[in-house]
Amino acid sequence: MLTIDQATYDAIVAHARRDHPDEACGVVAGPEGSDRPERFVPMVNAAGSPTFYEFDSTELLHLYKDMDARDEEPVVVYHSHTATEAYPSRTDIGLASEPNAHYVLVSTRDCFTSSGGNNEGPVEFRSFRIIDGEVTEEEVVVVEQLPPASPPRSDP
Amino acid sequence: MAIDVRIPTILRTYTDGAKAVAGDGATLSALIDDLDGNHPGIKDRLVESKDGGLELRRFVNVYVNDEDVRFIGGLDAQLSDGDQVVVLPAVAGG
Repeated sequence: MLTIDQATYDAIVAHARRDHPDEACGVVAGPEGSDRPERFVPMVNAAGSPTFYEFDSTELLHLYKDMDARDEEPVVVYHSHTATEAYPSRTDIGLASEPNAHYVLVSTRDCFTSSGGNNEGPVEFRSFRIIDGEVTEEEVVVVEQLPPASPPRSDP
Repeated sequence: MAIDVRIPTILRTYTDGAKAVAGDGATLSALIDDLDGNHPGIKDRLVESKDGGLELRRFVNVYVNDEDVRFIGGLDAQLSDGDQVVVLPAVAGG
């Protein structure tokens, strides 16, 4: 199950709408092992494509160094599909390399007008685990705010 | 000569869970061979055969002191004592 706060959910959807018809991508980082998506980090799709996404290699390094310095991990890795459903493609499954992450797929296929402009059509938002090539869909629970983090364990 | 090598989550099965390991080599290619000696199987996850030679896999990024090795010679990139090598799988899909 993915538990995500409304503001982060809205930010992911807004990013996907904004970049349509190209795929949008990014992560939501959180403290290692916490399963809490706390810090929204939209990324540039270096592929600039309606059918492919890839983080720029230099920005990827900065992102991971930054998360490392904060003891964070990518809790959510998200990207959009702009003409197909919000389900991992074969490429998505083959390249998934964060076994601990929730892979969020957003589909904006119903968000454009016949002339190609964006509109306020519905967006599909789904979450999956992708481990060793196996896809498992999970429930998405959107909350007003994440519950308070459990306090750090103190030594007895 | 000691090179500090940062291992991504997906490859930590080869390093008993270690986030960083020490390696040795004057080039990236030599370093990868050295790593494979201590962590068998890891080389195959980093490189692939192409046109009779070896190449870094398309969706694996390797950085030497924050420089993407694709811009500094790829597998032939030179290494020195104390360098830091970071391995990161691409975040990509379709």
